[in-house]
Amino acid sequence: MNSIKELLKKREITLILLVIVLAVAVNMRAPGFVGGENINRIVNDTSILIMVAIGQFFVILTGGIDLSVGSIIAFSGMSASMINQYNPSMPVFYVLTIGIIVGLVLGAINGLLVAYGKVPPIIATLGTMSIYRGFTFVLSKGQWVTAHEMTESYMNLPKGNFLGMSNLIWSALLISALMIYFSRYTRSGREIYAIGGNKTAARFVGVSEKKVNMIIFSISGALCGIAGVMWTSRYAAAVNETAAGFELMTVAACVLGGVNIAGGAGAIPGVIVGALFLGIINNALPVVNFSPFYQMLIQGVIVLSAMFINTMMDKRKERQLLNRRSL
Amino acid sequence: METNKTLANESRLVDENKGLKNKIITLVTRWEGMLALILIGMVIVFSNITPYFLDYFNLMNATFTFMEKAILALPMIFVILSGDIDISVAAIIALSSFAMGFGSSMGLGTGEIIIIGVIVGGLAGAFNGLFIIKFGIPPIAVTLASLSLFRGISQAILEDQAFTKYPEGFSYFGQGYIKGTLIPFELVFFLILAAGFAYVLHKTSYGRKLYAIGNSPTAARFSGVQVDRIRFTNFVLNGLFAGVVAVLLTSRIGSTRPNIAQGWELEAITLVVLGGVSITGGKGNIVGVLLSIFLIGYLKFGMGLINMSAKVMIITTGFLLILAVLLPVIMDSVKKANKLRYQRRS
Repeated sequence: MNSIKELLKKREITLILLVIVLAVAVNMRAPGFVGGENINRIVNDTSILIMVAIGQFFVILTGGIDLSVGSIIAFSGMSASMINQYNPSMPVFYVLTIGIIVGLVLGAINGLLVAYGKVPPIIATLGTMSIYRGFTFVLSKGQWVTAHEMTESYMNLPKGNFLGMSNLIWSALLISALMIYFSRYTRSGREIYAIGGNKTAARFVGVSEKKVNMIIFSISGALCGIAGVMWTSRYAAAVNETAAGFELMTVAACVLGGVNIAGGAGAIPGVIVGALFLGIINNALPVVNFSPFYQMLIQGVIVLSAMFINTMMDKRKERQLLNRRSL
Repeated sequence: METNKTLANESRLVDENKGLKNKIITLVTRWEGMLALILIGMVIVFSNITPYFLDYFNLMNATFTFMEKAILALPMIFVILSGDIDISVAAIIALSSFAMGFGSSMGLGTGEIIIIGVIVGGLAGAFNGLFIIKFGIPPIAVTLASLSLFRGISQAILEDQAFTKYPEGFSYFGQGYIKGTLIPFELVFFLILAAGFAYVLHKTSYGRKLYAIGNSPTAARFSGVQVDRIRFTNFVLNGLFAGVVAVLLTSRIGSTRPNIAQGWELEAITLVVLGGVSITGGKGNIVGVLLSIFLIGYLKFGMGLINMSAKVMIITTGFLLILAVLLPVIMDSVKKANKLRYQRRS
């Protein structure tokens, strides 16, 4: 009995239970929602969000925020698609690599501004959000890259089928595993947690805040680079408005996954479950006859409630600690 | 004794000599001085490039394009000065414009829909304040989520439709001129508001308390400032004036779509930060913000005159926002380096 209580206290477990309840509820309205094929589709739809949310997670962990993710996705996706359009003979793997590098560079620019320019993350990324989006328009001259201008192999990049899962799902899995290892078992990963927990203390034990800022924004940028390539190839279109407003989705996934928005606490498994939760809701909306125009509203309500519940739980924990101390 | 006197005299002489040079340097390196210089330089450049820039009618009419954003910037000064941020203002405009359109379609008159618009804005601001101050959630997170809630309401109900029916006479607020002149109503309205905000900020205890909170909320609380109440008031004010802007904007363009005023939060914050208000709070004044309002407003007007695309302007806004924060850091480090060199020499 006690062990069940302990388990319930873990954020990920409660969220997984919530996800199951939600899925079953939708399944009552629309049988077949919890079928193998549909689950595969939902995970596939959510893979891009998972990758970008992990990058956002690292930034939020230090108490910052990256508002430029949507614009980096758009820019790197647009550059990759245009390279593919004008050099159809170039192997797709190279295009993907270039897309990642473009994202990495844009993220590193954010990092430079924050680390060396001492610009607060919110201002730096609010600025680059519109700069990168503007440059996407400049690069494409306002044009789209459409399906018949892309090569077959480019559009097949996220598809594939290995052990019943698409390349997109595999890349999300691989990145999740890599990043979980990075955040838990490497020195730099622990330093990110240290900066988020207590900046001054971290500095005193020799953690370089500059280095950490460079790392987190570069990771976030690189993951957006992958996401950009995957996004444009999956939907077979590179438009200038790609992923506009996506930053909110990534923050939402983090908040739902129990990441403290003020920094210092949270873990990647929670973020992944949080992203899946959002994915199920987005997939369930049309199934239960909600117009897609409700998506923005519902997202806002979910994030606000999640933040509310998070702080209430934190406050209760604090009170319990105080009580224990007074005994 | 005597040597002391001569030494004192000498140093005073040096001081006076240095004084004049220093005065010029401090004037130029002071944020407002620099903004004024850039503004003058910009006017000279544009009036040389195109004859349509320095034209009374054009200069007056150009204010239509940036007065609404300017009004957004005023209460945003309070918010940023006390160390908070609000990125939901544009979404609040969408919500209250939606409420006005709804009221108008129900047959309400001009006066009533204006009241509805302003009240809805104030309520949205209070909603933000509730989550931020009462529940203690960081303002960036709350307003990021509430922006999707506010705009989401408008989007969920309007879908891809628009409200376009507004009562007669409603269009005056956004399109009208002061009777018998070429001066837009919006401009006069903004100047009156700016005077009001300047008074509150620099002449009342409320204004002083904003600086105290921005510098150190804890210290302010210990010295008896009701930090929570003031921060809450700031967010309500911000929402209220977003409602006022919604009235002006809806009146000017005569229609309400869910994507109305998209991206304006960025522009309002840019105006404030470029005006020299420290993004971490506690520093800044209204003169700088006024200068930056006219600087950016006329910069965009001039760029439009010489056929620059809207995308280039968005990029410029982003650059200006970052530069505004980056420059003081660079200037500070240059000053420090100079000081160090000066000390080493003497």
